[in-house]
Amino acid sequence: MRLGADTSPVAIPRLLSVQIRAVLLGYWRIPLFAIFTIGLPVMFFAFFGLPHLHQVETRHVSVGAYILASLGAYAVSNVLVYNVGIGQAQTRARKLDLLQRASPLPGWIAIAATMVGGLVLATCALAVLLLVGALAGVGLPLTHWGLLIVALVYGAVPMLGLGLTIGYLGSSGNLAPALASLIYLPMAFASGILIPLNQMPSIVRTIAPYLPLYQVGQLGWNAVGAANESALRAVLLTAVWGLVLGALAVYAYRLDQRRKFA
Amino acid sequence: MTTLPSPRPGAAVQLLDVHKSYGRAVALRGVSVIIQPGEVVAMLGPNGAGKTTAISLMLGMRRPSAGRVRLFDRDPGDRAARSRCGVMLQESGVNDVLRVRETVAIFRAYYPHPLPTKRVLELAGLEDVATRTISTLSGGQRQRVYYALAICGDPEALFMDEPTAGMDVESRRAFIGDVRRYASEGRTVILSTHYLEEADQLADRVIVIDRGVIIADDSPAAIKSRVASRRVTFTVTPSATAADFVGLPISNLELRDQRVRFHSSHPEEALAAGFRRGWDIRNLEVVGADLEEAFVTLTANRASDHPQNRAAQ
Repeated sequence: MRLGADTSPVAIPRLLSVQIRAVLLGYWRIPLFAIFTIGLPVMFFAFFGLPHLHQVETRHVSVGAYILASLGAYAVSNVLVYNVGIGQAQTRARKLDLLQRASPLPGWIAIAATMVGGLVLATCALAVLLLVGALAGVGLPLTHWGLLIVALVYGAVPMLGLGLTIGYLGSSGNLAPALASLIYLPMAFASGILIPLNQMPSIVRTIAPYLPLYQVGQLGWNAVGAANESALRAVLLTAVWGLVLGALAVYAYRLDQRRKFA
Repeated sequence: MTTLPSPRPGAAVQLLDVHKSYGRAVALRGVSVIIQPGEVVAMLGPNGAGKTTAISLMLGMRRPSAGRVRLFDRDPGDRAARSRCGVMLQESGVNDVLRVRETVAIFRAYYPHPLPTKRVLELAGLEDVATRTISTLSGGQRQRVYYALAICGDPEALFMDEPTAGMDVESRRAFIGDVRRYASEGRTVILSTHYLEEADQLADRVIVIDRGVIIADDSPAAIKSRVASRRVTFTVTPSATAADFVGLPISNLELRDQRVRFHSSHPEEALAAGFRRGWDIRNLEVVGADLEEAFVTLTANRASDHPQNRAAQ
């Protein structure tokens, strides 16, 4: 035991890296969760993508590349809504947040680590999907692959807001998965990232541009040259959605904190 | 007018005229406690007395409605202050898909001068389950994990809110031994409990809280002596009635057939008066009351002082 003055707290970057590793270790230890997260988009690709891999769309983009970009948008968003949302709800249900609050770990580090950990897992899920796509024969220039990763990870950041909102509103470990499915799955269909919008009813085509996931899709399609809207527009609207969903998450967070720590 | 107590430098924990309410429910009403480094303090009280609230305030987990709280002369939310504290909460959990060793390793990284993981596992008696996933542990083993997380930062002050709740007799005994050893190294220990035995065995200072007010703050021995230092039992023929004891310095009188039992801080006077009244006393026994009885007397006295409090229960 050391007394008094020489106990300056642990430096912030070190705390952040410890906490990010803790979050990732938590994901790693739930194999079923990781398989669901990383495996599902790959499975969808096998079902929808493989049979039409080399068909070419009007804009000289292969169907394989188009589907890969769509499912990539699905994969990254999936992680940030489900894994981050349910993970945060579980942290609260287990009352780990209480113990962290009493420890020298600053609350914002715990949240930042949850966000960074989610983005890392999302990038992994995307990387696996793209690797499978490339191995299956989807041909894209090297710059397009890089652009696709950057565009989709950027595009999915607003989904962190949605995930954390679900995590802070879902009061038990059971409510959050239900909430996540109820919001995310219909939105994924209505945004055209699971089934192309031109195969959807007109009402869905009307709603789609107003959904945050639609912008993630646009970013992905832009990266492979298959978008019908400009990249700049998608980048800006994604930022707007980031602010909206971020504000929602802050609201849900404050509700939670007021209840526990006022 | 009362003057507000002002913070004094050097104390580990200071609650200065602290009030706390949750909406309309009042949890603490004017609590002042100063705990010096090295003190081992037990906060004793029935459920809902305000013990958990007091600890939450000391750790900055909650804010007082009025009054001041200092932890190592800082705001209790300050990281430098918290880095000197280890905490075991009454209700908390960990990510139970992780292993024991991993969890300890994560928490010790929050502290500037942690104990080696191996040493923490040793101190908490977790060596045998170090590689087990926490979800597979028994309730008692989980409590030990929480204890490990509380001590892993080698803290100067250890806060524990009802640490032995849910432990069986054997693990409670072992746990109390561990905490005593830990406290003997000059650390500050603050624990809440409603097990009076535990307070007596561990603490050199007992703070009794009841309905948000401190009703006693002294050494276990002093509390015992202050309230009812001796328990007197004897048989008397012919059998006595309550009227025979009027005017004697006694409390908690119980009469059953010829058996008499009461508490007294001046048993000699009480007995001398009894002999003068011509009691034929047999089987006389005078023993020190234990903390449990002292506690019952303390809280009961207060309830009878304030009938409105009893009505509110």
